[in-house]
Amino acid sequence: MKSAGRMIPYLISMLVKKPDTVLYPYVHANVPEHFRGALKFDQEKCVGCKLCQRICPTGAIAIEKLENTEEKRFKAVVLMDQCIFCGQCVDSCPRKALENTENFELASLDRKTLKVDI
Amino acid sequence: MGLALFYILIFPGFLFLGFLSLAFEFIDRKLYARLQNRVGPPWYQPLADLIKLAAKETVVPREAESRLFRAIPSFAMAATAAAFLYIPIWGKTSLFPFDSDLIVILYFLTIPTLTFFLAGWFSSSLYAEIGCIRAMTQFFAYEVPLYMSLLGPAMLAGTWSVSGITEFYSSNPALALCNLPGLIVAVFATQGKLERVPFDIPDAETEIVGGTFTEYSGRFLALFRMTIDAELVVASALIAAVFLPFFIPASPVFGFILFLIKVFIVVFLLALMRTALARLRIDQMVGFCWRILAPLSLLQVLIDLLVRGVLVS
Amino acid sequence: MGKIEIPLGPQHPALEEPESFNLLLQGERVAAATVALGYNHRGMEKACESRTYIQNIYLLERICGICSHSHSTCYVQTVEQIAGVRVPERALYIRTLIGELERIHSHLLWLGIAGHEIGFMTLFMCSWKDREVVMDILEMLTGNRVNYGMNTIGGVRRDITPEQAEEVLKALDVLEERTKYYTKVATEEVTIISRLSGVGKLSNEDGLRLGAVGPVLRASGVARDVRKDDPYAAYANLDFKVATDEHADVFGRTVVRVLELMESYKICRQVLKEMPDGSISVKVPGKVPAGEAMSRYEAPRGEDLHYVKANGTDMPERVKVRAPTLANLAAITHMIEGGYLADVPIVIAAIDPCFSCTDRMVKVTDLKTGGEKKFDWDGLRRYSIDFYAKRGVDFRNTSIGKEER
Repeated sequence: MKSAGRMIPYLISMLVKKPDTVLYPYVHANVPEHFRGALKFDQEKCVGCKLCQRICPTGAIAIEKLENTEEKRFKAVVLMDQCIFCGQCVDSCPRKALENTENFELASLDRKTLKVDI
Repeated sequence: MGLALFYILIFPGFLFLGFLSLAFEFIDRKLYARLQNRVGPPWYQPLADLIKLAAKETVVPREAESRLFRAIPSFAMAATAAAFLYIPIWGKTSLFPFDSDLIVILYFLTIPTLTFFLAGWFSSSLYAEIGCIRAMTQFFAYEVPLYMSLLGPAMLAGTWSVSGITEFYSSNPALALCNLPGLIVAVFATQGKLERVPFDIPDAETEIVGGTFTEYSGRFLALFRMTIDAELVVASALIAAVFLPFFIPASPVFGFILFLIKVFIVVFLLALMRTALARLRIDQMVGFCWRILAPLSLLQVLIDLLVRGVLVS
Repeated sequence: MGKIEIPLGPQHPALEEPESFNLLLQGERVAAATVALGYNHRGMEKACESRTYIQNIYLLERICGICSHSHSTCYVQTVEQIAGVRVPERALYIRTLIGELERIHSHLLWLGIAGHEIGFMTLFMCSWKDREVVMDILEMLTGNRVNYGMNTIGGVRRDITPEQAEEVLKALDVLEERTKYYTKVATEEVTIISRLSGVGKLSNEDGLRLGAVGPVLRASGVARDVRKDDPYAAYANLDFKVATDEHADVFGRTVVRVLELMESYKICRQVLKEMPDGSISVKVPGKVPAGEAMSRYEAPRGEDLHYVKANGTDMPERVKVRAPTLANLAAITHMIEGGYLADVPIVIAAIDPCFSCTDRMVKVTDLKTGGEKKFDWDGLRRYSIDFYAKRGVDFRNTSIGKEER
């Protein structure tokens, strides 16, 4: 049946329901497992092949050799403002030294803080 | 003299109207949000918006008629605030009742629409001009049904005074039921007057940006926003006084609470309407007003004439 | 009555992206309309030439924020065709599933946008609320809400576990019920019908002549759908109908999209039921042999087309993308003209435009002389370096400025 205000019964029923929106920064937002968030790096596993550095679509990751260590150790420098969270580096790493975490709250007011060693 | 000034400026005049309109803007927005299953704004949001707007830079376009551009928002606000003084708030009579004040209220309530037209016209902007022409077209469509829907109850009560009408119907509550078609017409026409969905054609954001208010910013826009909020309260209060004159107790406190409840009912209807309908096109809006609202208001007049004939004879 | 010319865009509340429509108004009627493209040119095709095939997947995925899977699948198919890769069956089914979930999310998004354009914010709020259901599913399956990153050359990157499949089926039930409700609302609410029907007419012949694609053409009664005409991924094995409608107006386009939603639920269920076991990708070497190929994909907005030319290195020599919006733009002016100004936003929105995806060129008009100019690559480079130098950003001494060939 055609008429105006077809949604009214549904809308009225909404008045007694719990709202679907949340006050986000005050209420924590959940992400599912295996979410592609900020990167995590395992120094123990890295062999310094730099595949991730070569494959990265935006040039956001760099593997640097650590000085003053007895064994060969590496660190990853990530430019968080260039990372697009595609996870290709994680896929490409032959030793599984890289991993995506579920952290997505990465905003910063200062661009300098976005260059991080992990 | 001092007391009159207190009445006009503070309670129940200008300042009180300001609080009331902010409160009802909040209620309107909260209802809108809850009907859509959202959390909605906190209670201070309308005030915060107002302060933010008032603190912003005010830009007057080079092409605009500068003096009128600045003055027009004040006219709109003043007219709305003046209309509020003649509406009964806590009892059966208003503060300064006189014969035929219904006409004065309606007259005051047309002024904001006219100022919207002038504001758009003197902005000298394309979108504002299209908006103001739409506002005027729409004005001619809803104004006649609105007047006629209020004319009926006034004829039945035999007075042109709002206080008189309220008094008449509260002593004969059964007669108020004759005015149901008028109530429907009045609610729709008020929605048009307030330029809200489905009749927000003059400032349809997705079509003509801000419509009449495209060029307005800062405190002038804040004043216009305030006017529209105040208009919501005044128009709702007028509908409540004319069409819902039930159970008015002697105590002013209870009377005031009842007044708030009645205004809330009207605001709820208006909020529900803007939630549940899509915006009409200007030709559809004019067609709706003349084809449906105008005959319905004529029917109202007819009913009231017949009932009055029966009562007098 | 005098005629006035008003600009709709490049900056306008009705448009999500910059695009310029110039309308010649006679009262409330539109007498003539022109479209100007090129406000959001991002140089993606050129950028593809200096990136490897793998890197290009992520670049091309970002052509569009809504049909990201469409573009990456289309590109990946093209490269696989050149390299002569046989993609595992399971990977094709997963691609199909993500593609259909994307279509669901895109059509629900469109329904909300349509509501917004006709001032019906409640429809917007409600359909976007339900869109969250499918967004959550996509996030769970792929790891991101928008840029799924599911495709890789030779297959897909993530497998679907039985538990995830269970979740998807549950969500599909919720969505199907909600879609039925929206069908009821859209076809029975008088204010919606009066704003949508008879608006933006595009007849069968005009649609074909102007080269419209996707739901716009299907709403004019032409059953054209790449999924049926030139099946890719797993569509050849699936049973589904091509939704068409005879209204040939915005209302018809709404009906087509809602029907497509119902078909998509059906397809998703089939995919989950019939998905074969096996590996999800095959290894493809970084260097692709010389050759060229073209591939088509039915994106939510219509036919998407990618062309790749390979020269034997690990980077393509040329990548060409034709997004569906470009094909539909020619029809827009035809649909706007003669209608009301109030209907322009909804008519534009009814093709579900994606202007950034479309822009492939920049036209430089000299405001003083009115002349138009074409640039080659070096010329454009020099021009832009000078342009920024005049405004205080000097690239001449940086690596960007010195690279000049």
